[in-house]
This record gives sequence, C-alpha cells and structure tokens, in this order.
Amino acid sequence: MNRSIAAAAGETVFRDTYQPRSLRNSMFKVMVTMPAVLILALMVFIVVQVLFNGARALNLEFLIAEQRPFGEPGGGVVQAIVGTLMLIVIATLLSFPLALLGALFLHLESGRRSARILEGAINMLQGIPSIVVGVVVYRWIVVPMKSFSALAGGAALAIIMLPLLVGMMREALRLVPASYMEAALALGAPRWRAVAGIIVPAARSGIIEALGLGIARAAGETAPLMFTAFGNPFLSVSLRGPVAALPLVIYEYIKSPYDDWHQKAWGAAFLLMVFVLSLNLVISARKNHIR
Amino acid sequence: MKRSARIAIVAMFAAMLFGIAGTAGAQTLLGAGASFPAPVYTKMFDAYNKATGVKVNYQAIGSSGGLKNIQDKVVDFGGSDSFVKDSDMGKYSAPIVHVPTVLGAVVIVYNLPGNPPLRLTGEVIANIYLGKITKWNDKAIADLNPGIKLPAMDIVQVYRSDGSGTTFNFTAYLSAVSPEWKQVVGNANSVQWPVGQGAAQNAGVAGMVRQIPGAIGYVELAYARQNNMPVATIRNAAGNWIEPNLSSISAAAAGAFPADTRILLMNTDAREGYPISALTWLIVYREQSYGNRTREQAKALVDLLWWMIHDGQAYAEPLDYAKLPAPAVKAAEAIIKSITWKGEPLLK
Amino acid sequence: MQRRLSGPVLDTGSGRRPEDFQIMDGRETRTGKTDAMNDKRFERVLAAAAAAVILLCAGFLLTLALDATPVIRQEGAAFLYGTQWNPVTARFGALPFIAGTVLTSILALAIALPLSLGTGIVLGEYLRDSRLGALLNVMVNLLASIPSVVYGLWGIAVVIPAVRSLALLVGAPPYGSGILSASLVLSIMIVPYMSSLIREALRSIPPGLREGAYALGMTTFEMVGGVALPHARSSIIAGVLISFSRALGETMAVTMLIGNATRMPTSLFSLGNSLASVIASQFNEAASDVHRSAMMGLALILLFITLLAGWTGRKLMHRKVD
Repeated sequence: MNRSIAAAAGETVFRDTYQPRSLRNSMFKVMVTMPAVLILALMVFIVVQVLFNGARALNLEFLIAEQRPFGEPGGGVVQAIVGTLMLIVIATLLSFPLALLGALFLHLESGRRSARILEGAINMLQGIPSIVVGVVVYRWIVVPMKSFSALAGGAALAIIMLPLLVGMMREALRLVPASYMEAALALGAPRWRAVAGIIVPAARSGIIEALGLGIARAAGETAPLMFTAFGNPFLSVSLRGPVAALPLVIYEYIKSPYDDWHQKAWGAAFLLMVFVLSLNLVISARKNHIR
Repeated sequence: MKRSARIAIVAMFAAMLFGIAGTAGAQTLLGAGASFPAPVYTKMFDAYNKATGVKVNYQAIGSSGGLKNIQDKVVDFGGSDSFVKDSDMGKYSAPIVHVPTVLGAVVIVYNLPGNPPLRLTGEVIANIYLGKITKWNDKAIADLNPGIKLPAMDIVQVYRSDGSGTTFNFTAYLSAVSPEWKQVVGNANSVQWPVGQGAAQNAGVAGMVRQIPGAIGYVELAYARQNNMPVATIRNAAGNWIEPNLSSISAAAAGAFPADTRILLMNTDAREGYPISALTWLIVYREQSYGNRTREQAKALVDLLWWMIHDGQAYAEPLDYAKLPAPAVKAAEAIIKSITWKGEPLLK
Repeated sequence: MQRRLSGPVLDTGSGRRPEDFQIMDGRETRTGKTDAMNDKRFERVLAAAAAAVILLCAGFLLTLALDATPVIRQEGAAFLYGTQWNPVTARFGALPFIAGTVLTSILALAIALPLSLGTGIVLGEYLRDSRLGALLNVMVNLLASIPSVVYGLWGIAVVIPAVRSLALLVGAPPYGSGILSASLVLSIMIVPYMSSLIREALRSIPPGLREGAYALGMTTFEMVGGVALPHARSSIIAGVLISFSRALGETMAVTMLIGNATRMPTSLFSLGNSLASVIASQFNEAASDVHRSAMMGLALILLFITLLAGWTGRKLMHRKVD
C-alpha cells in the first residue's frame, strides 16, 4: 500500500504543475458535494411534505374516532394508533428476551462453531424480505389459529426486529470492558450472576437504544402485517382478533379514490413519521451525549 | 427519563389488559372479500354496530381473497361477486352456502378532457381491452358517439390486479359478447390482461382512472357515483342503450331465482336491463361448529345475515346498489335457516 | 467440558486460563453447588435461545421449500424462465417478476451509486471530524429510518406525476407508475444505507495512510481517488451489494409504484411487478393450490436472490477485515 502512495504521489506531484491539480481538486469537491446537497435537500423535501400535508389532516376527531364507512368523510384513525402500539408491545415482548439471550450467546461463545452458526442464522434472518416474513407467519400462526390476529402481526414484527436487536445488543455487550467480567468472577460470582448483575446492567443503555431502534423499524413495517394483523375499521385490543395499524391505513387509504381518505393517509404518515423520526433522534442524541 | 419510560410501559400493559377485559363481552365478526359491495357493507355494518353493538370487520381484499380465506377458515364469512362453481366445491372441506346481499352494476368509467357522455358496446369494450383499439378517436368509438369530439389520446386500460368478482363479471360479459375475448383471455377472477395497468380493488381502479388522463376502467357503480366519475352507456342484448342505475339493474334481475341463488345476471335479455349487472354473496359454511368457534359466534353470524337481507336492504339504494328482489329474499331466507350448529338450525 | 461458556473475556491478555477459575466455581460448599447448577441452567437457557433462532431460520426455509413443491413439480425449471403468469390457465412462470425485481434494483443502484459516493466522500473525508459532518450523518440516518410505505405515499404524490409528464414528453404511455418510478424511489431509499457504508469504509482507512498521502502533498482529490477509494474498494463493493440486497426485497414502495402488471417489462416506462410486489398483491387471493404454491415459490426465489447478494457482500466485507 505504501508503494501505491509513493507511486500515486510520484506520478501526480512530479508530472503536473500545481494549478491543474488544484483545479481538478476543486472540481472534485463540487462533484461530490452536489449529490450530498441533493440528497439532503430531497430528505428535507420529503419530510416537510409529509409534515405539511399530514398536518392538514390532523384534528381531534382524526386522533380519537374510528374509521367511517367507505366514501363517508370524517372519522379518524384511533384504531390504527392503538393497533400499532399494541403490535409494538407484542413484538417487543416476543423478540426482546430471545434477542438478549441470543446476543449473550454470541458474546460469551464468540469464536465457537455454535456461535458462528447462530451468526449465520441471524444474518439470514436479517436478509429475509419483510413480505416473506408475512407469508410464512400466515402459514405458521394465522392458518392454525383460524384467525388473523394481533398476535400474528406482533409475531411477524418480532421476526423483523429479532436480527436487528441481536446485532445491536451484541455491539452494546462488546463495549463492556472485559475486566468487569474478570473482576466479578474473581470475586467468586458465578457466571450467570456476573452476566445478569454486571455485564447486562453495564450495557443497559446500549440495549435500550437497540430496543428503541428496533421499535422504530418495526413500527413502519407494512408488508408483514397485510396477511397477519389484517386491519380493522373498529378499535380492537383483542390479541386473538385482527387489528389495524398505521402503515396498513396509509396503504389502504392512498389506494382509495376518496379525497378524504387521501388526506387521512397523509395524516397517518405524519403520525408514523413523527414517531419513528423522534425515536431515532432521541437515540442518536443520547449516543452522542454519552460519547 | 428512565422512570417515566418504565411508567409508560407499565401503563401501556395495564391499558392492554383492561382493554382485553373490556372488549371480551363485545361480539365481533370478521369477513373479507369482494370490494364491489364494500361501500354498502361498511355502511350496513356501521349501522349494525350502532343498533346491536356487534362489530363486523369487513376487509375489502377482493373476491378471490374472500374465497381463499373462507377455505382457510380464517374468517367468519367470505364476500364474493362470483359464485363458487360446482367444479370448485371440492376446495371447501365442508358444504358452503351462498347468501345474496345486494345487486350492483359493473360500470365503465373513464377520464377524458371535459368528460363527455360516452356510448359503448360490449364489442368495442372488448377490443379496447384486447389492445385492438388504442386511441380515443378510433373510428369504432367515434361511430357510436356522433357529435362528440373525441381527443386523439392513447387509451390507458386499467384493470384489477387482485383476484376480483368484479373482474369475473366484467370478463364474463366480454366473453359473452366477443368470441375473440372468450378465446384469448377468458373469464375468471383474475385473467392475463393483454394490455393495461393493474390497480388493487374497486377503490384502486377508480383512484387510478381519476389519476390518469385517457384512462378507462371498470368499477362498481357506487365507486363511480361517490367520485363523480362519468359512466358509459352500454347497448344491451335487446339493442337498447342502457344507463346503469337502480331501475336498469333491478330490471336485469327480474327473472326467476334458483333456490341456491347461484345465477349470473350477465347480458340479460330484459329490454331495460343493464347488461353488466351482478349479484353479490356472502359465503359461509352450512355447519358452523368448526375450528374453535363458539355457538354465540355462529348465532351472531346468522343474525347478521338475516338483518342484512331485511333491515339492511334500506342502506342499498342510497349508495346506488339495488335491493334484492322478493324472490331472492325468499330464497335467501331459506338458505339462512338451513345454517346449523351441530346439526341444529340456528334460526327457526 | 465444565466450562463451556468460556468466552473471549477470559482469554484475553491476562494470561490466565479459564481453568484457573474452576476452583472457585467448583467449591464444595452449598452456595458453590447451587451456583454451579445455576450456571448450568443459565448455559442451557442461552443454548436454547440460540437453538430457537436457528430453528426459526431453518423453519423458514423448510416451510417455503415444502409449500413451493407443487408448483415446482408442475412447472419444473420453467417456473424460473417461463414468461406466462396466468392463474386462469394455471401457468406460472416467474421470469417477468424476476426481471422486474432485478431491473428495478439495478436501475436504483445505478442512480444511487454516484449520489452515495458523493455523500459518503463528503461525510467521510471533507467533514470527517466536524460537527456539521456529525449532524449531516444523523440526517442521512434519519432518511434511512423513514418507513417504506411513507416513501410509497410520497412517490405516488410526487414521482408518479413527474414521470407521467416525462412519459407524455417522450411519447410513452402516460401511466406514471412503472419500472422508472419504482426505481427512482427505490434509489432514494437505498442512498442512506449505501452512503453510510461508504462513509464507514472511508473512515476505517488506517490514519497513517491518509496522513502519509497528505504529507506527500497530495490534494484531497488525489488522496481519495488514488489512495482512499482503492484501499476501501472491497468494503465499498460489499456496501453496494448489501444495499442491492435491500433493494431486491423492498416491498411496499415498489408495490405502490410499479403498476402491478404481470408482463415482461419492455421499457423504462412499462409497468411491471417485482417478486415482492406480486406476493403483496396476489397472496391473499391465490385460491387454487398451485397458485398458492406459486406464491411460496416466488418467496423462495426472492429469498434466494436476496440472500445471495447479501451473503456475497458480507463475504467481501469480512475478507477486507481479515
């Protein structure tokens, strides 16, 4: 590599005069800055447009009323707000314990073959397209239970969250200094106690951040819910029955021919985006603060 | 921050538990399928909820989806605007019954500058969807519409991307009037379209046609009316130009009804009948004690069905669906009475 | 074998071997015994969790493979290269959707690559340690967290009308939705991932290399073009592949924008379907056994293509690290 520096430097420094090189450098700077500015402008455009269009749909009725029959203006999306919260809670309950144990396994057993197999499985899970997760959960839960259900939707989201959580929690565990574990063991603590009492608490903030990011991701997923949570025009909190969700409402309403529902789709997108973005912002602020 | 987060989580769980306890009493029913009658169904179910407290969740996913869900037994009832053929009965693990609910019309909607009134024949519609007529000012269309200035725009054919009873009825009509259609495309809930663009559900087709200048599509009359879309007048088998409306739909259904109500109203001989009128059904298992269903659930289902063919009919006409004719109601009553729980009829 | 859980924590540096700790754990006291038992139990719980995850994975493959068997038995290899997808005649060839998936993803990649390279270089080189860079990085990450369905919504409102005007301009059918619209939105969606990965790749270059290059009097352009990019090349290719695998499996935005036509796409403006979008729009209604099996077959193909791209990417990434 050092040779390549020398070669590259040799070519450029000695063959060229300074001016064309400086010019090329400035052009390069412009060339790379333009796309960066374009992307950031686009991002601002998207966010502002969703916020702007969505804000016009927001009112009290939108937040506390249920869906109206097709083509009747009015009503709200309370069923979807509650549904999304419910799905998140179920998905968290299902995925969090398994993810934490999985991350601990990877951490404690790292380097072993079993850990490598688990890592492969996690990587594969992460690569599974979300629509495929929905299809398989339909086969596993909806058909045997004989009903679309919040439980099935939550399970599908849990499978989406699982690999993300394992990956991020493992990173959090890695940041705990090795000496903590050694000290705990040296004091005569059994391993489970060292892990549960020292390692996990030490990695706590990282684990909570991981959970936050996992939730932010799961909250916006639509495809896994289409064949599992299914949707519901009524407010429902039954685990065994179908529930609505904000992303499903956005998808259903924007396809419809009703202007009022288009407006409500933007409103639902507003709520979803504000939730997801603020969760992400809080977490990145925390991270930066800690560092 | 941490404490408040913890409190929030605990509160959320508590709310969920209370919620579960709170709704355990309320009867809920789940249905899915045809989007053709979805506007009137959601209206009926809203009224039914106010009258009885029973919540009926109807998801307009398309007729094929409704049939598949009832096969999988994951819903209480399926909605379909195509009846199950004898050859397909084998896909159901137990006998099913068809309960007719309302009549509707598949109408041709379009999006042209100024939206002039258009007259079309089945033949011309078939040729448009076969890709043989590609411009709005094609001679075949112009000849039917003397005095109307047609633009030289490309025709954008919009069709249903999901399996749909609306598609079934539409393609059944085209197959009846165009031998070429019958041979090239055929008649089913979803077919391989030679040209055009797909959209999901009636709502999606209506939405797409509204978006695209030069588009043509087929939807239930209610969707066209709700969105103030122009609707083509069509020549029926008797040679009359018929506008789809309540009386022309009812006229198409004036004949006799078979006991199981499985009848195609397509291409009617009635002089004033609209040629693409269609009946729509709810499909349920005759024996209701299957899976983990309770008797209460089964009873709630037949009560709903009974209400829909009687009191519920009042909601049809304001939304441009035709009420069931008297012979159809009679047949439906007998069908609902034949639904059983462990061999015992649920309604007497 | 008693100490199966010995991890890197115990093996690092100190020179003590795990066995040294055995004396403590194996003490013949009451607490020692329960501790040892609890440790065993702890170990078992961890192993069970790991096994559950692995089983979950295997279950996915098994379910898809079993359910896809009928269509593969009926169509054979033609399931992969057949161009007919007709539920009426029960012919199922997945090529139009494979083409739609690969085409939209490659187009998206082609659009996203220059944008991501620029953004990645700005964030990873020009604004490497600045506050502004950190802020912009947070913003790019936020862009990555916007849900897919919101991108679809935005695409319907902004991209489709724009593409429709373009289509009218060049005389293509004015659908608006189609391959191009889907690719454009897809590219916006993968830029954040790709530029983050490129930024990381550039930041992970040994500082000595960068300093050396500057010490030799290189301009930033020469340093990036001659030293940094070549050094980070395989990480960048890996990042591109990982982003590609994301694009392949993306469902909602594509379903909302691609037009849902079961034909081979023939131009940028033609309507199409990706594997994911067909499943999204047809799964719930596939009533015949073969149609349903065909859906699972599509899911299997999609899974295979996605995993292949992701796996190749990760292999390259790891080779770089080693």
